Amino acid sequence: MLRINKHYLLALFAIVSLGATSCDKDDVDDNFDTSGTYIQNDQMARPAINTVFVGSARKNEFNTTAPSAMSAAFTAQFLSVLTGFGYSSNALGMDKATFAGALVTDVLNVKMNGPTTFFDGTNVLTGRALADDVIDTELLLIFGGASGGSNPGLTRDNVNANDKSFLSVFPYLAAPF
Amino acid sequence: MKLRILAGGLIGMAILGGVLFAADHIDAPAVTGAGSTSPGNDITDIYAFQSPADNSRMVLVINTQGLLSPAATATASFPSNVMYEFNIDNSGDNVEDLVIQCLVQNGKMRVYGPVAPGTPGTNSTVRTNGPVTEVNVTGYGATSPATASNGNGIKIFAGPRDDPFFFDLARFKDILAGTQSAFRSPGVDAFAGTNVMSIVVELPKTLLGNAASINVWGETKSK
Repeated sequence: MLRINKHYLLALFAIVSLGATSCDKDDVDDNFDTSGTYIQNDQMARPAINTVFVGSARKNEFNTTAPSAMSAAFTAQFLSVLTGFGYSSNALGMDKATFAGALVTDVLNVKMNGPTTFFDGTNVLTGRALADDVIDTELLLIFGGASGGSNPGLTRDNVNANDKSFLSVFPYLAAPF
Repeated sequence: MKLRILAGGLIGMAILGGVLFAADHIDAPAVTGAGSTSPGNDITDIYAFQSPADNSRMVLVINTQGLLSPAATATASFPSNVMYEFNIDNSGDNVEDLVIQCLVQNGKMRVYGPVAPGTPGTNSTVRTNGPVTEVNVTGYGATSPATASNGNGIKIFAGPRDDPFFFDLARFKDILAGTQSAFRSPGVDAFAGTNVMSIVVELPKTLLGNAASINVWGETKSK
Protein backbone atom coordinates (compact mmCIF):
# COMPACT_ATOMS: atom_id res chain seq x y z
CA MET A 1 0.00 0.00 0.00
CA LEU A 2 2.78 2.32 0.97
CA ARG A 3 4.49 1.67 -2.35
CA ILE A 4 1.38 2.43 -4.37
CA ASN A 5 0.84 5.65 -2.48
CA LYS A 6 4.40 6.70 -3.06
CA HIS A 7 4.13 6.18 -6.79
CA TYR A 8 0.82 7.94 -6.91
CA LEU A 9 2.38 10.91 -5.20
CA LEU A 10 5.40 10.80 -7.50
CA ALA A 11 3.12 10.74 -10.51
CA LEU A 12 1.11 13.66 -9.16
CA PHE A 13 4.32 15.54 -8.48
CA ALA A 14 5.53 14.89 -12.03
CA ILE A 15 2.28 16.12 -13.51
CA VAL A 16 2.18 19.22 -11.36
CA SER A 17 5.81 20.16 -11.71
CA LEU A 18 6.38 19.37 -15.35
CA GLY A 19 2.96 19.89 -16.82
CA ALA A 20 2.07 19.20 -20.42
CA THR A 21 5.47 20.22 -21.74
CA SER A 22 7.14 17.10 -20.32
CA CYS A 23 6.38 14.94 -23.33
CA ASP A 24 9.50 12.84 -23.29
CA LYS A 25 10.23 10.07 -25.74
CA ASP A 26 7.26 7.80 -25.47
CA ASP A 27 5.28 9.15 -22.57
CA VAL A 28 6.95 6.70 -20.22
CA ASP A 29 7.29 7.21 -16.49
CA ASP A 30 10.47 8.68 -15.16
CA ASN A 31 10.87 6.54 -12.07
CA PHE A 32 12.89 3.69 -13.59
CA ASP A 33 16.26 3.01 -12.01
CA THR A 34 18.75 2.82 -14.86
CA SER A 35 21.89 3.23 -12.77
CA GLY A 36 24.77 0.85 -12.29
CA THR A 37 26.63 -1.82 -14.20
CA TYR A 38 24.95 -5.11 -15.03
CA ILE A 39 27.27 -8.14 -15.07
CA GLN A 40 26.62 -11.18 -17.21
CA ASN A 41 25.16 -14.40 -15.77
CA ASP A 42 23.74 -16.37 -18.69
CA GLN A 43 24.15 -16.35 -22.43
CA MET A 44 22.34 -18.31 -25.11
CA ALA A 45 21.63 -18.38 -28.81
CA ARG A 46 21.38 -21.81 -30.42
CA PRO A 47 19.55 -24.43 -28.37
CA ALA A 48 21.43 -26.99 -26.32
CA ILE A 49 24.95 -25.81 -27.09
CA ASN A 50 26.13 -25.18 -23.56
CA THR A 51 24.18 -28.13 -22.17
CA VAL A 52 25.64 -30.66 -24.58
CA PHE A 53 29.11 -29.46 -25.44
CA VAL A 54 30.41 -27.90 -22.26
CA GLY A 55 31.34 -29.98 -19.22
CA SER A 56 29.81 -29.08 -15.88
CA ALA A 57 33.06 -27.55 -14.62
CA ARG A 58 33.00 -24.87 -17.33
CA LYS A 59 29.29 -24.19 -17.88
CA ASN A 60 29.32 -20.97 -15.89
CA GLU A 61 32.42 -19.88 -17.74
CA PHE A 62 30.77 -20.50 -21.12
CA ASN A 63 27.76 -18.45 -20.04
CA THR A 64 29.96 -15.50 -19.16
CA THR A 65 32.19 -15.59 -22.24
CA ALA A 66 31.45 -13.17 -25.07
CA PRO A 67 30.65 -15.01 -28.33
CA SER A 68 33.69 -13.47 -30.03
CA ALA A 69 35.91 -15.15 -27.40
CA MET A 70 34.23 -18.58 -27.39
CA SER A 71 36.18 -20.11 -30.24
CA ALA A 72 39.57 -19.58 -28.63
CA ALA A 73 38.38 -20.76 -25.24
CA PHE A 74 36.18 -23.75 -26.09
CA THR A 75 37.02 -25.30 -29.48
CA ALA A 76 39.12 -28.10 -27.93
CA GLN A 77 36.24 -28.98 -25.62
CA PHE A 78 33.73 -29.13 -28.49
CA LEU A 79 36.07 -31.33 -30.53
CA SER A 80 36.43 -33.74 -27.66
CA VAL A 81 32.65 -34.06 -27.19
CA LEU A 82 32.17 -34.71 -30.92
CA THR A 83 34.89 -37.37 -30.73
CA GLY A 84 33.03 -38.95 -27.83
CA PHE A 85 29.87 -39.07 -29.97
CA GLY A 86 31.82 -40.89 -32.71
CA TYR A 87 31.32 -37.94 -35.04
CA SER A 88 33.02 -37.84 -38.44
CA SER A 89 30.75 -35.86 -40.77
CA ASN A 90 27.15 -34.70 -41.22
CA ALA A 91 24.56 -33.97 -43.87
CA LEU A 92 26.00 -30.48 -44.35
CA GLY A 93 29.37 -32.06 -45.24
CA MET A 94 31.12 -30.64 -42.19
CA ASP A 95 34.15 -32.50 -40.90
CA LYS A 96 34.77 -32.50 -37.17
CA ALA A 97 36.84 -29.33 -37.07
CA THR A 98 34.39 -27.43 -39.28
CA PHE A 99 31.39 -28.53 -37.24
CA ALA A 100 33.08 -27.69 -33.93
CA GLY A 101 34.02 -24.30 -35.37
CA ALA A 102 30.43 -23.64 -36.43
CA LEU A 103 28.97 -24.64 -33.08
CA VAL A 104 31.41 -23.07 -30.66
CA THR A 105 30.50 -19.45 -31.35
CA ASP A 106 27.03 -19.49 -29.86
CA VAL A 107 25.09 -17.00 -31.96
CA LEU A 108 21.89 -17.46 -33.91
CA ASN A 109 22.27 -16.58 -37.58
CA VAL A 110 19.17 -14.73 -38.75
CA LYS A 111 18.36 -13.91 -42.35
CA MET A 112 16.84 -10.47 -42.82
CA ASN A 113 14.86 -11.42 -45.93
CA GLY A 114 12.83 -14.57 -46.40
CA PRO A 115 12.02 -17.55 -44.20
CA THR A 116 13.54 -17.62 -40.72
CA THR A 117 13.92 -21.17 -39.46
CA PHE A 118 16.38 -23.50 -37.78
CA PHE A 119 15.58 -26.06 -40.49
CA ASP A 120 12.37 -26.44 -42.48
CA GLY A 121 13.50 -29.03 -45.01
CA THR A 122 14.87 -26.35 -47.33
CA ASN A 123 16.29 -23.44 -45.37
CA VAL A 124 19.01 -24.15 -42.80
CA LEU A 125 19.96 -21.91 -39.87
CA THR A 126 18.23 -18.73 -41.04
CA GLY A 127 16.73 -18.05 -37.61
CA ARG A 128 14.64 -19.93 -35.09
CA ALA A 129 10.86 -20.01 -35.19
CA LEU A 130 8.67 -21.23 -32.33
CA ALA A 131 7.54 -24.43 -34.03
CA ASP A 132 10.98 -25.50 -35.30
CA ASP A 133 11.97 -29.00 -34.20
CA VAL A 134 15.44 -27.82 -33.25
CA ILE A 135 16.33 -30.96 -31.32
CA ASP A 136 15.73 -33.23 -34.31
CA THR A 137 17.85 -30.90 -36.44
CA GLU A 138 20.72 -31.02 -33.97
CA LEU A 139 20.43 -34.79 -33.42
CA LEU A 140 20.52 -35.30 -37.19
CA LEU A 141 23.59 -33.12 -37.61
CA ILE A 142 25.40 -34.75 -34.68
CA PHE A 143 24.47 -38.41 -35.11
CA GLY A 144 23.13 -38.74 -38.69
CA GLY A 145 26.46 -38.99 -40.49
CA ALA A 146 27.17 -37.68 -43.98
CA SER A 147 24.02 -39.22 -45.44
CA GLY A 148 21.75 -38.32 -42.54
CA GLY A 149 20.88 -42.01 -42.37
CA SER A 150 23.28 -43.21 -39.70
CA ASN A 151 22.05 -44.08 -36.18
CA PRO A 152 18.34 -43.83 -37.06
CA GLY A 153 17.34 -44.42 -33.45
CA LEU A 154 19.26 -41.35 -32.33
CA THR A 155 18.39 -38.77 -34.98
CA ARG A 156 14.84 -37.94 -33.92
CA ASP A 157 13.15 -37.89 -30.53
CA ASN A 158 9.63 -38.33 -31.93
CA VAL A 159 8.31 -35.28 -30.14
CA ASN A 160 7.54 -33.14 -33.14
CA ALA A 161 5.49 -30.22 -31.91
CA ASN A 162 4.70 -28.12 -28.87
CA ASP A 163 1.92 -29.18 -26.53
CA LYS A 164 -0.02 -25.96 -27.21
CA SER A 165 -0.77 -24.17 -30.46
CA PHE A 166 1.01 -20.91 -31.06
CA LEU A 167 -0.91 -17.68 -31.63
CA SER A 168 -1.13 -16.09 -35.07
CA VAL A 169 -0.79 -12.67 -33.48
CA PHE A 170 1.64 -11.00 -31.08
CA PRO A 171 3.04 -12.25 -28.69
CA TYR A 172 2.76 -15.56 -30.62
CA LEU A 173 3.64 -17.75 -27.63
CA ALA A 174 0.69 -19.60 -26.11
CA ALA A 175 -0.89 -18.63 -22.81
CA PRO A 176 0.58 -20.40 -19.77
CA PHE A 177 -0.81 -23.57 -18.25
CA MET B 1 1.30 -33.05 -9.41
CA LYS B 2 3.30 -35.29 -11.68
CA LEU B 3 4.62 -32.22 -13.48
CA ARG B 4 5.71 -30.61 -10.27
CA ILE B 5 7.60 -33.74 -9.28
CA LEU B 6 9.27 -33.78 -12.69
CA ALA B 7 10.37 -30.18 -12.41
CA GLY B 8 11.65 -30.72 -8.89
CA GLY B 9 13.60 -33.78 -10.00
CA LEU B 10 15.25 -31.91 -12.84
CA ILE B 11 16.27 -29.05 -10.60
CA GLY B 12 17.63 -31.55 -8.11
CA MET B 13 19.70 -33.20 -10.78
CA ALA B 14 21.08 -29.88 -11.89
CA ILE B 15 22.19 -29.10 -8.38
CA LEU B 16 23.89 -32.49 -8.17
CA GLY B 17 25.64 -31.83 -11.45
CA GLY B 18 23.69 -34.45 -13.39
CA VAL B 19 23.92 -34.62 -17.14
CA LEU B 20 21.23 -32.51 -18.69
CA PHE B 21 20.20 -31.76 -22.20
CA ALA B 22 17.57 -29.17 -22.88
CA ALA B 23 17.51 -26.03 -24.94
CA ASP B 24 19.35 -24.06 -22.29
CA HIS B 25 17.12 -24.81 -19.32
CA ILE B 26 19.01 -25.02 -16.04
CA ASP B 27 22.25 -25.23 -17.95
CA ALA B 28 24.65 -23.97 -15.32
CA PRO B 29 24.82 -23.94 -11.53
CA ALA B 30 25.04 -20.16 -11.19
CA VAL B 31 21.77 -19.50 -12.97
CA THR B 32 19.65 -22.45 -11.90
CA GLY B 33 16.30 -21.16 -10.70
CA ALA B 34 15.48 -21.96 -7.08
CA GLY B 35 18.33 -21.64 -4.63
CA SER B 36 20.81 -20.13 -7.05
CA THR B 37 22.73 -17.00 -6.33
CA SER B 38 20.99 -15.24 -9.20
CA PRO B 39 17.43 -16.56 -9.59
CA GLY B 40 15.61 -15.27 -12.63
CA ASN B 41 18.75 -15.23 -14.76
CA ASP B 42 18.38 -18.65 -16.35
CA ILE B 43 17.67 -18.34 -20.06
CA THR B 44 15.79 -21.33 -21.47
CA ASP B 45 15.54 -20.34 -25.12
CA ILE B 46 16.14 -17.59 -27.64
CA TYR B 47 14.01 -17.23 -30.76
CA ALA B 48 14.40 -14.89 -33.73
CA PHE B 49 11.94 -15.04 -36.59
CA GLN B 50 10.23 -12.90 -39.18
CA SER B 51 6.81 -11.77 -37.97
CA PRO B 52 4.15 -14.20 -39.22
CA ALA B 53 1.92 -11.17 -39.71
CA ASP B 54 4.32 -8.76 -41.42
CA ASN B 55 7.43 -9.61 -43.48
CA SER B 56 9.00 -6.25 -42.68
CA ARG B 57 9.19 -7.00 -38.96
CA MET B 58 11.38 -9.27 -36.80
CA VAL B 59 10.35 -11.00 -33.58
CA LEU B 60 12.86 -11.65 -30.80
CA VAL B 61 12.04 -13.83 -27.79
CA ILE B 62 13.98 -14.50 -24.61
CA ASN B 63 12.48 -17.13 -22.31
CA THR B 64 13.67 -17.60 -18.74
CA GLN B 65 13.01 -19.67 -15.60
CA GLY B 66 12.13 -22.97 -17.24
CA LEU B 67 10.00 -25.86 -16.02
CA LEU B 68 7.62 -23.69 -14.01
CA SER B 69 4.58 -25.61 -12.85
CA PRO B 70 1.29 -23.70 -12.98
CA ALA B 71 1.51 -23.18 -9.21
CA ALA B 72 5.08 -21.89 -9.47
CA THR B 73 4.12 -19.65 -12.37
CA ALA B 74 1.50 -17.91 -10.25
CA THR B 75 4.21 -16.55 -7.96
CA ALA B 76 7.05 -16.18 -10.49
CA SER B 77 8.35 -12.74 -11.34
CA PHE B 78 11.11 -10.96 -13.21
CA PRO B 79 13.75 -9.81 -10.67
CA SER B 80 14.26 -6.05 -10.66
CA ASN B 81 18.07 -6.37 -10.59
CA VAL B 82 18.27 -8.32 -13.85
CA MET B 83 18.76 -6.96 -17.36
CA TYR B 84 17.47 -9.13 -20.20
CA GLU B 85 19.56 -8.14 -23.19
CA PHE B 86 19.23 -9.03 -26.86
CA ASN B 87 22.56 -8.64 -28.66
CA ILE B 88 22.65 -8.01 -32.40
CA ASP B 89 25.76 -8.23 -34.57
CA ASN B 90 25.11 -6.82 -38.02
CA SER B 91 28.75 -6.66 -39.17
CA GLY B 92 29.65 -10.38 -39.01
CA ASP B 93 32.27 -10.26 -36.25
CA ASN B 94 30.17 -11.76 -33.43
CA VAL B 95 30.48 -8.52 -31.46
CA GLU B 96 27.23 -6.72 -30.73
CA ASP B 97 26.56 -3.53 -32.73
CA LEU B 98 23.13 -3.05 -31.18
CA VAL B 99 21.52 -4.06 -27.91
CA ILE B 100 17.91 -4.21 -26.76
CA GLN B 101 17.86 -3.97 -22.97
CA CYS B 102 14.81 -5.03 -20.97
CA LEU B 103 14.31 -4.05 -17.32
CA VAL B 104 11.37 -4.90 -15.09
CA GLN B 105 10.50 -2.71 -12.12
CA ASN B 106 7.28 -2.28 -10.15
CA GLY B 107 5.19 -4.38 -12.49
CA LYS B 108 6.34 -2.67 -15.67
CA MET B 109 8.88 -3.66 -18.28
CA ARG B 110 10.84 -0.98 -20.03
CA VAL B 111 12.74 -1.81 -23.22
CA TYR B 112 15.69 0.38 -24.23
CA GLY B 113 16.89 0.17 -27.81
CA PRO B 114 17.82 -1.06 -30.27
CA VAL B 115 20.77 1.19 -29.60
CA ALA B 116 24.57 0.94 -29.74
CA PRO B 117 26.04 -0.59 -26.56
CA GLY B 118 28.23 1.52 -24.32
CA THR B 119 31.02 -1.05 -24.38
CA PRO B 120 30.45 -4.45 -26.03
CA GLY B 121 30.93 -7.53 -23.90
CA THR B 122 29.86 -9.01 -20.61
CA ASN B 123 29.17 -5.81 -18.64
CA SER B 124 26.40 -3.40 -19.58
CA THR B 125 25.05 -0.05 -18.56
CA VAL B 126 21.54 1.00 -19.51
CA ARG B 127 21.51 2.88 -22.82
CA THR B 128 18.83 5.50 -22.45
CA ASN B 129 19.67 7.42 -25.63
CA GLY B 130 17.62 5.25 -28.02
CA PRO B 131 13.98 4.24 -28.37
CA VAL B 132 12.15 3.46 -25.12
CA THR B 133 9.07 1.26 -24.90
CA GLU B 134 7.08 0.40 -21.79
CA VAL B 135 4.44 -2.20 -20.99
CA ASN B 136 2.72 -3.59 -17.92
CA VAL B 137 3.92 -7.08 -17.04
CA THR B 138 1.11 -9.52 -17.77
CA GLY B 139 0.05 -11.37 -14.64
CA TYR B 140 -0.63 -15.09 -14.37
CA GLY B 141 -4.27 -15.74 -15.11
CA ALA B 142 -4.73 -12.57 -17.17
CA THR B 143 -7.46 -13.02 -19.74
CA SER B 144 -5.33 -11.48 -22.48
CA PRO B 145 -1.66 -10.51 -22.78
CA ALA B 146 -0.80 -6.85 -22.13
CA THR B 147 1.13 -5.44 -25.07
CA ALA B 148 2.36 -1.97 -25.92
CA SER B 149 3.94 -0.21 -28.88
CA ASN B 150 5.90 2.98 -29.28
CA GLY B 151 6.32 5.50 -32.07
CA ASN B 152 9.20 3.54 -33.59
CA GLY B 153 6.99 0.55 -34.24
CA ILE B 154 8.48 -1.48 -31.41
CA LYS B 155 5.96 -3.80 -29.77
CA ILE B 156 6.66 -5.58 -26.49
CA PHE B 157 5.31 -8.17 -24.05
CA ALA B 158 6.50 -9.54 -20.69
CA GLY B 159 4.89 -12.29 -18.65
CA PRO B 160 4.31 -16.01 -18.22
CA ARG B 161 3.78 -18.14 -21.33
CA ASP B 162 3.66 -21.81 -22.15
CA ASP B 163 7.21 -23.06 -22.80
CA PRO B 164 7.35 -23.46 -26.59
CA PHE B 165 10.27 -25.89 -26.32
CA PHE B 166 9.61 -29.62 -26.76
CA PHE B 167 11.90 -32.61 -26.30
CA ASP B 168 11.95 -36.14 -24.90
CA LEU B 169 14.53 -35.20 -22.30
CA ALA B 170 14.00 -38.25 -20.09
CA ARG B 171 14.68 -40.68 -22.90
CA PHE B 172 17.78 -38.80 -23.98
CA LYS B 173 19.14 -38.99 -20.45
CA ASP B 174 18.58 -42.76 -20.52
CA ILE B 175 20.48 -42.93 -23.79
CA LEU B 176 23.37 -40.93 -22.36
CA ALA B 177 23.37 -43.17 -19.28
CA GLY B 178 23.50 -46.27 -21.46
CA THR B 179 20.23 -47.75 -20.23
CA GLN B 180 18.53 -47.17 -23.60
CA SER B 181 19.97 -47.27 -27.10
CA ALA B 182 17.34 -45.33 -29.08
CA PHE B 183 14.50 -42.84 -28.77
CA ARG B 184 10.95 -44.14 -28.33
CA SER B 185 8.02 -43.52 -30.63
CA PRO B 186 6.01 -41.59 -29.80
CA GLY B 187 8.36 -39.61 -27.60
CA VAL B 188 7.30 -37.92 -24.37
CA ASP B 189 7.66 -34.13 -24.16
CA ALA B 190 9.38 -33.38 -20.85
CA PHE B 191 8.30 -29.74 -21.15
CA ALA B 192 4.60 -30.41 -21.64
CA GLY B 193 2.48 -28.48 -19.18
CA THR B 194 5.31 -26.21 -18.04
CA ASN B 195 5.72 -22.46 -18.37
CA VAL B 196 8.45 -19.88 -18.75
CA MET B 197 8.78 -16.18 -18.00
CA SER B 198 8.88 -14.66 -21.44
CA ILE B 199 9.90 -11.37 -23.05
CA VAL B 200 8.85 -10.75 -26.65
CA VAL B 201 10.00 -7.79 -28.76
CA GLU B 202 8.76 -7.22 -32.30
CA LEU B 203 10.23 -4.41 -34.35
CA PRO B 204 10.78 -3.16 -37.90
CA LYS B 205 13.75 -4.94 -39.48
CA THR B 206 15.10 -1.53 -40.50
CA LEU B 207 15.91 -0.82 -36.84
CA LEU B 208 18.41 -3.71 -36.90
CA GLY B 209 20.59 -2.31 -39.68
CA ASN B 210 20.75 -3.15 -43.37
CA ALA B 211 22.84 -6.35 -43.38
CA ALA B 212 21.56 -9.38 -45.32
CA SER B 213 21.87 -11.45 -42.16
CA ILE B 214 22.55 -10.73 -38.52
CA ASN B 215 23.73 -12.72 -35.50
CA VAL B 216 21.53 -12.67 -32.42
CA TRP B 217 22.08 -13.90 -28.87
CA GLY B 218 20.50 -13.32 -25.50
CA GLU B 219 22.09 -12.49 -22.18
CA THR B 220 20.97 -11.99 -18.62
CA LYS B 221 22.98 -9.60 -16.54
CA SER B 222 22.47 -8.49 -12.95
CA LYS B 223 23.66 -5.83 -10.55
